[in-house]
Amino acid sequence: MPKDNGIGASPKRREDVRFLTGAGQYTDDINVHGQTYVHFLRSDVAHGTINKIDTAAASEMPGVVRIFTGADFEGVGGLPCGWQVTDKDGNPMKEPAHPVLAQGKVRHVGDPIAAIVAESLEEARNAAEAIELDIDELPAAVDMKAALQAGAPLVHDDLGDNLCYDWQFGTDTETVDKAFAEAAHVTTLELRNNRLVANPMEPRVAVGDYARANDESTLYTTSQNPHVIRLLMGAFVLGIPEHKLRVVAPDVGGGFGTKIFHYAEEAFVTFASRQLNRPVKWTSTRSEAFMSDAHGRDHVTTIQLALDADNNFTALRTDTHANMGAYLSTFASCTPTWLHGTLMAGNYKTPAVQVNVKAVFTNTVPVDAYRGAGRPEATFSLERLVDKAARELGVDPVALRRQNFITQFPYATPVAVEYDTGDYNATMDTLEKMVDRAGFEERRKEAAARGKLRGLGVNCYIEACGIAPSNLVGQLGARAGLYDAATVRVNATGSISVMVGAHSHGQGHETVFPQVVAEMLGIDESMVDIVHGDTSKIPFGMGTYGSRSLAVCGSAMVRATEKIINKAKKIAAHLLEASEGDIELKDGQFSVAGTDKSVAWGDVTLAAYVPHNYPLEDIEPGLEETAFYDPANFTYPSGAYACELEVDPETGKIEIIQFAAADDFGNVVNPMIVEGQVHGGLAQGIGQAMLENCAYDENGQLLSASYMDYAMPRASDVPFYKVDHSNVTPCTHNPLGVKGCGEAGAIGSPPALVNAVLDALNGGGYDVAHIDMPMSPSRVWQAMQG
Amino acid sequence: MYSFDFERPTTVADAVAALSKEEAQALGGGQTLIPTLKQRLASPSVLVSLSAIEEIKGVCNDGGVLNIGGGTCHADVAAAAASDFPALAKLAGNIGDPAVRSRGTIGGSLANNDPSACYPSAALGTGATIVTNTREIAADDYFQGMFTTALEEGEIITAVKMPIPEKAAYIKFEQPASRFSLVGVFVTKGADGVRVAVTGASEDGVFRWTEAEVALNGNFDASALDGLSVSGDGMISDLHGSGDYRAHLVAVLTKRAVTEANG
Ligand SMILES: Cc1cc2nc3c(=O)[nH]c(=O)nc-3n(C[C@H](O)[C@H](O)[C@H](O)COP(=O)(O)OP(=O)(O)OC[C@H]3O[C@@H](n4cnc5c(N)ncnc54)[C@H](O)[C@@H]3O)c2cc1C
Repeated sequence: MPKDNGIGASPKRREDVRFLTGAGQYTDDINVHGQTYVHFLRSDVAHGTINKIDTAAASEMPGVVRIFTGADFEGVGGLPCGWQVTDKDGNPMKEPAHPVLAQGKVRHVGDPIAAIVAESLEEARNAAEAIELDIDELPAAVDMKAALQAGAPLVHDDLGDNLCYDWQFGTDTETVDKAFAEAAHVTTLELRNNRLVANPMEPRVAVGDYARANDESTLYTTSQNPHVIRLLMGAFVLGIPEHKLRVVAPDVGGGFGTKIFHYAEEAFVTFASRQLNRPVKWTSTRSEAFMSDAHGRDHVTTIQLALDADNNFTALRTDTHANMGAYLSTFASCTPTWLHGTLMAGNYKTPAVQVNVKAVFTNTVPVDAYRGAGRPEATFSLERLVDKAARELGVDPVALRRQNFITQFPYATPVAVEYDTGDYNATMDTLEKMVDRAGFEERRKEAAARGKLRGLGVNCYIEACGIAPSNLVGQLGARAGLYDAATVRVNATGSISVMVGAHSHGQGHETVFPQVVAEMLGIDESMVDIVHGDTSKIPFGMGTYGSRSLAVCGSAMVRATEKIINKAKKIAAHLLEASEGDIELKDGQFSVAGTDKSVAWGDVTLAAYVPHNYPLEDIEPGLEETAFYDPANFTYPSGAYACELEVDPETGKIEIIQFAAADDFGNVVNPMIVEGQVHGGLAQGIGQAMLENCAYDENGQLLSASYMDYAMPRASDVPFYKVDHSNVTPCTHNPLGVKGCGEAGAIGSPPALVNAVLDALNGGGYDVAHIDMPMSPSRVWQAMQG
Repeated sequence: MYSFDFERPTTVADAVAALSKEEAQALGGGQTLIPTLKQRLASPSVLVSLSAIEEIKGVCNDGGVLNIGGGTCHADVAAAAASDFPALAKLAGNIGDPAVRSRGTIGGSLANNDPSACYPSAALGTGATIVTNTREIAADDYFQGMFTTALEEGEIITAVKMPIPEKAAYIKFEQPASRFSLVGVFVTKGADGVRVAVTGASEDGVFRWTEAEVALNGNFDASALDGLSVSGDGMISDLHGSGDYRAHLVAVLTKRAVTEANG
């Protein structure tokens, strides 16, 4: 019998009741009495010198409250970067100023130049058209490699060049060079990890509200981490102390990383509401989202694998150019380094691994973490490379992988991290059965008879979740801790509110977190609710990204619940006139071991708040505990994915036949939600591999600036997935043994798709070594033309 | 959106009168025009909605000619043509999504003449007649390049008369993002011979592939097209495909359309 309560059960998502009945409270649903509206006048050129911004006529337009420009932000802090990367010579990365509104220059299409605050949005837009701009357009740096050439246009004149940092990590050059020199075979691959736009269903919104009476600011914003925004904006940009700044992220309609970062619009509405003593609201249009939400990925990589005569991997070397865009977004610098380089060993026991990353400024929208953040780029490069090696060597790609799998744990990689557990052969075994790999060649023949090229692509992945041990990331340059926090407040009647630092924007925390507390106390889940998203209500936790919520914040919640249990046992011991050591908690009853004496959960909680018969001399009344949890290590979900598809050789069009994912997520609290997370991740991985392409022309104009040209995956683009998470190697260092499942689908799926297309083409006699994503019909057809 | 006056006449005559005002513009289903207005790329002073004019709505079969009111939405065409002209029903039934099909009209589509739109290929491929409040225009004379037609200022498409061919098929190869046609080919075989109309591909908008028509007039079979191709010169080249790719698709899809038309 499947459980219907607690850990391992799959209750329906509670939050869906309000989402599906239109009762969600999103930021745009928040309207504050007397609010004004801001419209941002954004640059339509990629690079230019601002000679003049004349707002005189515009300021006289009906409804205009005030027009702000960069000049109003002289002396105000710029948007900070949360991670300082050190280059291979020990120098700090270059960190350009990132003003809230452009000062002196515009650096990408969409860079905000002026902010028009008016009584209505239409009036603000009308006034924007009356602003006279005098901008001298400059040549733009768009292509990363060209941007590093001498004489390239400088995105930031004061930096001298467009190189943010040149980072090297892992095994020393001499060792790696020697391994390559001695290799029996070297496989080399050049590839691009395509730039993506996250496109959460809900665009970004920010409402700034200032209460002059007590000098308090409130920012309502579409954020994955309200405390991080309070920290960054309060401390670095506007200089508002924590107790005077409240950040609320209510229901948020999808984040995918792009709502982690602190954005100019948030700082603007907070700043302007204080200046004007009026609330200021901004709601992004979809067009603005394309040119102002941080983009994702955008790596150009050369990767090389050395193998010995027995096909053992002996060394790996990567050389990546990572696009930063025009400014450093909050976590832009760590995504291609510490979240990418550390995963470059993959599932393999390659003894020497060296990662080189050049981060480059260009006149494009800033690039930052997007679902998977660095790990998809690592997985894609490595798993494409291993597949290419297998083809070159004429060996079975799965056998080549298995031969090189890490099988002993814990395993310290040459790129700093230590995998605690895993069983890569187990997930691969499951996968091969799920897709009937043995029967594939028959299916290929049958398809060929219909004129179709059928291919099967396989890959594995490992990723690092549960971000992150604070002391470690501190050494690596993080400017914040990455612990999380939870407060468990038990009410007098035994019901419970858990205030968590994690933020749910689609993940289902409101359903899952109560399952854990209910399990620990032996009570019904319906007695537990979580509270999240408001810095005035929750402890200082760091929010949700990097598949960290359950592994880090959930662990804090477990620790706090343990404290509750300890105290409750003391109270129960008093009520039962027994010694504390003899008290057992089971099914919501405290009993004295070996007797039939017991007292119910609700009696104990009532005693805590009505302490008439209570050991007041020993313990305080009340039942509320907080815990902060800092993880000892990352967690390492892993798995194996496969895609089977058919290519129409006449048009290059791909039809996915089946997609299977065999994951090891450690322990699973709610299997239904885990499956949903994998499904969503796979859809995004399929989107990246098949459809999504954020493209700029050589002048820095965004070619894919709307859904007319930016292809999002739709229901008919994805198959019915086969997913499995029955292989469980629990995480060894957090109390729940959980690893995280939020990003795996997006990390693990793109190589399976590309590998499958190449298997189809090569199996059909087309000699094609690689196709860049997205594999649009035209690209596949072009590749087949030789 | 800039502000504008709004009128919703119930007869063609009233609509024509309303459209004679300075900067007046007709509003069909709004599926193209409304997004344009929202982006502030157009600023009509008066928007004249055609949606209340019953006389330009509906579909009837007049002795082998499908007479489609200019204000008929795609969903209604898809339903009404299902038995008499299934190729057209398929075309209309695959435009956009249900919301687009329930609002967008054939008149709006033909007036707009987007180079990637579907209807222009049906009109040209059937040798249709575009009927307006003042005259009748043969499809061969109507389409004059991307977003350009024979329509005069203020002229309203009141109906489209499409001779129902003996055989027909429309094959649409979707642009992955917009799902308009990257290339679409409408092939018909009727009393006056074969017509092959291609949309999505050319920088000049919808066109007839006359070479293919000649070959198919001789033998209405996909094999008659073996060795025939169109040049990639003058074809649209963008993020979604080069001119050469589009030219290649024209040949592939024409063959597929002929095969489908032959059932
Ligand atoms: C998401 C989406 C997907 C789409 N996909 C497709 C597709 O796959 N294939 C495709 O072909 N189209 C597609 N379209 C376009 C759709 O078919 C539109 O309905 C059509 O292009 C315009 O018709 P309308 O009635 O909405 O015209 P409107 O938007 O109202 O008007 C368009 C233009 O035509 C003029 N006009 C309107 N009616 C008349 C008339 N009777 N006489 C004279 N002038 C008139 C207007 O003044 C305006 O200039 C799509 C649209 C959307 C929004």
